[in-house]
Amino acid sequence: MSFSADSNSPNPFHMCNICQKVIRKKDKGVRVPRPFSSGPSAFIPKEEIVEASQVDPLTEQLLAEAYSPSGHVDHLTQVMGLHPHYLESFLHSQFYLLRMDGPLPLHCRHFIAIMAAARHQCSFLVSLHVREFYRMGVCLDWLKGLQYVPQRLRNLNEINKLLAHRPWLITKEHIQNLVKTGEHSWSLAELVHAVVILAHFHALASFVFGSGINPQVDTQNTNGFQAVYISNYCTCDLASDHHLDRDLSSSSPESSALLCVFQTTDSVSELEALMDRMKRLQEEREEDEASQEEMATRFEKEKKESLLVGSGELEDEVMPTSKVSQFVEDATFGYQDFARRGEDNPPTFRAQDYSWEDHGFSLVNRLYSDIGLLLDDKFRTACDLTYYNMASHEDVDTTMLRRALFNYVHCMYGIRYDDYDYGEVNQLLERSLKVYIKTVTCYPERTTRRMYDSYWRQFRHSEKVHVNLLLMEARMQAELLYALRAITRYMT
Amino acid sequence: MEKMSRVTTALGSSTISGRTMFCHLDAPANAISVCRDATQVVVAGRNIFKIYGLEEEQFVEKLNLRVGRKPSLNFSCADVMWHQMEENLLATAATNGAVVTWNLGKPSRNKQDQLFTEHKRTVNKVCFHPTEVYMLLSGSQDGYMKCFDLRKKESVSTFSGQSESVRDVQFSMKDYFTFAASFENGNVQLWDIRRPDRYERMFTAHTGPVFCCDWHPDDRGWLATGGRDKMVKVWDMTTNRAKEIYCVQTIASVARVKWRPERKWHLATCSMMVDHNIYVWDIRRPFIPFATFEEHKDVTTGIVWRHQHDPYFLLSGSKDSTLYQHMFKDASRPVDRANPEGLCFGLFGDLAFAAKESLISGDANRKPYPGGDRRYPIFFFKKPDLTEQFAHVSSALSVFESSLESKRMDWFVKTARLYLLSGKPFAELCDHNAKVAKELNRPQVSTTWTMLRIMFSDPANLSTPGPNHIGKLGTLPLMNSFSMKEMGMGTESRLDRSKGESRQDNIHLELGNSLINSNNDENEETEGSEGQAEYMFGDAELDDDDLYSMDMFFSLVFSAEEQEYTLPQEAFPLRHEIMDNPLAPEHLQQDKADSPQASGNEAEVMCLTPIESFSLISISQPLFSPHLPAPFFCPVVREMLSHYAEQGDVQMAVSVLIVLGDRIRKEIDDLTQEHWYMSYIDLLQRFELWNVSNEVIKLSTCSAITCLNQTSTTLHVNCSNCKRPMSNRGWICDRCHQCASVCAVCHHVVKGLFVWCQGCSHGGHLEHVKNWLKSSSHCPAGCGHLCEYT
Repeated sequence: MSFSADSNSPNPFHMCNICQKVIRKKDKGVRVPRPFSSGPSAFIPKEEIVEASQVDPLTEQLLAEAYSPSGHVDHLTQVMGLHPHYLESFLHSQFYLLRMDGPLPLHCRHFIAIMAAARHQCSFLVSLHVREFYRMGVCLDWLKGLQYVPQRLRNLNEINKLLAHRPWLITKEHIQNLVKTGEHSWSLAELVHAVVILAHFHALASFVFGSGINPQVDTQNTNGFQAVYISNYCTCDLASDHHLDRDLSSSSPESSALLCVFQTTDSVSELEALMDRMKRLQEEREEDEASQEEMATRFEKEKKESLLVGSGELEDEVMPTSKVSQFVEDATFGYQDFARRGEDNPPTFRAQDYSWEDHGFSLVNRLYSDIGLLLDDKFRTACDLTYYNMASHEDVDTTMLRRALFNYVHCMYGIRYDDYDYGEVNQLLERSLKVYIKTVTCYPERTTRRMYDSYWRQFRHSEKVHVNLLLMEARMQAELLYALRAITRYMT
Repeated sequence: MEKMSRVTTALGSSTISGRTMFCHLDAPANAISVCRDATQVVVAGRNIFKIYGLEEEQFVEKLNLRVGRKPSLNFSCADVMWHQMEENLLATAATNGAVVTWNLGKPSRNKQDQLFTEHKRTVNKVCFHPTEVYMLLSGSQDGYMKCFDLRKKESVSTFSGQSESVRDVQFSMKDYFTFAASFENGNVQLWDIRRPDRYERMFTAHTGPVFCCDWHPDDRGWLATGGRDKMVKVWDMTTNRAKEIYCVQTIASVARVKWRPERKWHLATCSMMVDHNIYVWDIRRPFIPFATFEEHKDVTTGIVWRHQHDPYFLLSGSKDSTLYQHMFKDASRPVDRANPEGLCFGLFGDLAFAAKESLISGDANRKPYPGGDRRYPIFFFKKPDLTEQFAHVSSALSVFESSLESKRMDWFVKTARLYLLSGKPFAELCDHNAKVAKELNRPQVSTTWTMLRIMFSDPANLSTPGPNHIGKLGTLPLMNSFSMKEMGMGTESRLDRSKGESRQDNIHLELGNSLINSNNDENEETEGSEGQAEYMFGDAELDDDDLYSMDMFFSLVFSAEEQEYTLPQEAFPLRHEIMDNPLAPEHLQQDKADSPQASGNEAEVMCLTPIESFSLISISQPLFSPHLPAPFFCPVVREMLSHYAEQGDVQMAVSVLIVLGDRIRKEIDDLTQEHWYMSYIDLLQRFELWNVSNEVIKLSTCSAITCLNQTSTTLHVNCSNCKRPMSNRGWICDRCHQCASVCAVCHHVVKGLFVWCQGCSHGGHLEHVKNWLKSSSHCPAGCGHLCEYT
């Protein structure tokens, strides 16, 4: 435990620095939007979730009991339960990943999950899986930190780091290093399993932060270790606006102006405008076709523009909070834009050349049987999920909007669809939403309540959760595509 | 070569000839197509769109259709097709959703003719009508198929699959109006080109996407489909319901499938991922490809037969940026390398063996086997053209069954059932097990048990030897003459000797066929050899039958001749009976060095009095007990156990391990023990001896083994109060902090067995409820229900 200094302090609650900062700020009278500290999510009022889950409480519970790692309905499941149809396939695949037959031993899987979640300092997932790991009852000293972990698992760090922050940098050499024969080598099947777990939990961390999942209040501090471990956590956690201070202090005049604009615009007309644009796009498509060259440049433009979104003021790297730091190596490695100005960019990933349906699936399913089917099902459910309504409007075809969200995430990761007009993204996704998307997918630990609130203010919370689901799946698929492409290249 | 000449006539003056050749493209190819007269091939990909001429010796680049400084996405082709009627006409499917036609007859550099941008997503496939010049069909990711008339600016009809993305569309070769479309969700639909409102029929062909389909060029009813599920299926479409008539399982998802011209049963496939080869299958022989082309170094993306009536030339394009022409005669034939021999054990120990006829008949000495020798010859009839047929293989299948052998494992089952591993004093366990072994006609095992009893028993317990040796106690006085001193000497000398000869002796004994060397040795030192034999078996309280089995050793005492005579019996025992070997050599050596009277170190009881040829009388005597503590024998026992285990009788090893318990446990390292346990438990479970295996698990001391009993024994409970699962402890709910199960009688929490009434659902400690209901028939909770306890 790295708490030796703190644990002597008289303060019974160990607060992380950020929390203290926030509190100090509060004292100074700065108005901070108060997160919902009770209930599953800090962003979503408790009642909303409870209400939704009452429609079909039984299914959700049954599912959670059967498949969720904690064995009961945790906050994550509750929030995701706003979309029970998706929840089902999510839990199925997660259960298969963590519990069913697979090349990796069970405790390793949880440890890899911890490693993945720790990359984004997602203490919700880390503590969840620390608990699971503890329950396995083997190799407990791994929990003390990475240096206690066998070399083989530690070798996974490199790929974990890349996948989490800059998946486009993964090359077949990385795979080769892991797979080449030697004492600490991985078999391809194990590696694929690990990669899927990593991608799954990176993406899940996005969801956790994006939906502001509150930490699980723990009443089961029964066994010594767990008690120590968990009580050392400051429960403020993700619920807090712990980046807010930085946001406020460092926000450029431009972005604060932006905020003003949104505060003043009538949010109803905002929604109307979006609907309008969708309709117009639909019609436009039938008549006018953008010239081919322009299509190509639009992608580049969108890609470039994603740089401008929100990433400017991130020079001060957040050091991971100590509670997860023992699972992180090279903590300063963070997200960098795919397309950086004035540098040699890695080539664009053409979705038509390596798609999930054709290539990714075949490879994954070959090396780790059946996971392909489950992931396929999950991606499909996430992409096809629709209730045909937008905010208060019913019977709306949201395909275009969903596709824009999905493809925008891929665009930030440098994956391009030839058959998509990236001009649509620009029309459909407003700037505050883009900021949110970028934050949630690329550095989710910086998500704040304000970001969550600032876009689509007319929309229901369940719809925002839906957005999060799309972002999560898009991110997972993007990571998988890069990793699997590297594996394919290694194999050929 | 008759075929060849026919082809030639079909082709008229332009005979196709050539060789296996390739050329480098500048970029990966996505698809290729060939023009009707088989002289040119078009290659299309993301960054390439070129026409190559096929010459005798090489490919020659004829035309680059990718013109313009900054080519648009319309050039990024997912598919290409050359019209089979009009040789100037090409169509491509672009990844951005455009369908483009090209007219090679155009004078300008840019040959682009028509551009249709009606599809919203990537177009996966374009297909010209085989006989109509102006009819073009496209299938796209957006789920629509569109039919274009090239004389018009836009599509004439749109077909909605009402399901997912279209992966392939193919006009039927024979039915003018019919085309097939395959979908990402596994369906295949048949459409009539005149009826865009509804498909004619639909069936599910694969699980997962169907990447490709191809109509048989001759047989109008046959459609081949290939999918991500790694299967190629051939469907008969003439019946009411599409019927799967052939199915080929490949090793990777199937990207393309093409029937081979002029060969009814052959088709070529290439795969989407991982596997780079092109296979030609005979669909009647789905387990091994008929021919393989292995030239490509990355995934093959397009295959096409060069001419629609010539089965010998195959063209292929690949992601590795090469274009190949494969000659059929250069293909590799997996069947040639396949091993035509097969060997397999049946469930009951039968052995089936298939091998080439020639091999088997060549073996003149093949004897009929006791269980009967049946032969099932399989012949494949040879057809004239060797290269066009599967290799002629005729194999003979022999099945060896042995009634003797089929019962072979009975001893195992019986032994497992009858052995006692715990619950009685050590000596009784040994005796019991010895008896069991003896009844099963396994004298050596039996002897081992007896020896163990003697080695490790308390002297006091030993005074009651089994009834069967009592009769032989006549020589008891003799034994007494052995002195303890001599035993000590024996030990030393044994050590000396073992350096030199133990190995050799060991081998002899185990092989059991040539003891001559050792016999000679022994003869030279007659005295020694006698002595050795004497006490090596002296320890056992054997009756005559038991001794009989050990006669190899006894015979040493008497004469070399006798040894030879008796040895064969030892030479072919069931393997587990060769159990004394680890002990034997040591005895032998030590005896040689010693006087005959010397007492063996391990052999506690020693007295062999030859009676007639080989009856010995052995007496168990606790002679050694004061001086030799049980640990003294541990090394020997350890060796013995290892020996049993190595011989495959892990049952013995584990049983002894359990019965001896702490006496021996520390001598054997945990891994080995665990290994034995695991093997034994595995065996027991295969024989469905669940009880025994459970007992063994319970009695084992390895933690890895005992925990086997605890796998899948978790019981999940929900709180009776809040209905939430209780994750931590079974009796108190984390959520509502209520004790879930309180005994209605004593009002304490029940932490063990909880019994409750099915009627009123009150209950409590099993004992409490039982007692309560003895005196009262009402529910202890006072709910007034009349509970019953049965």
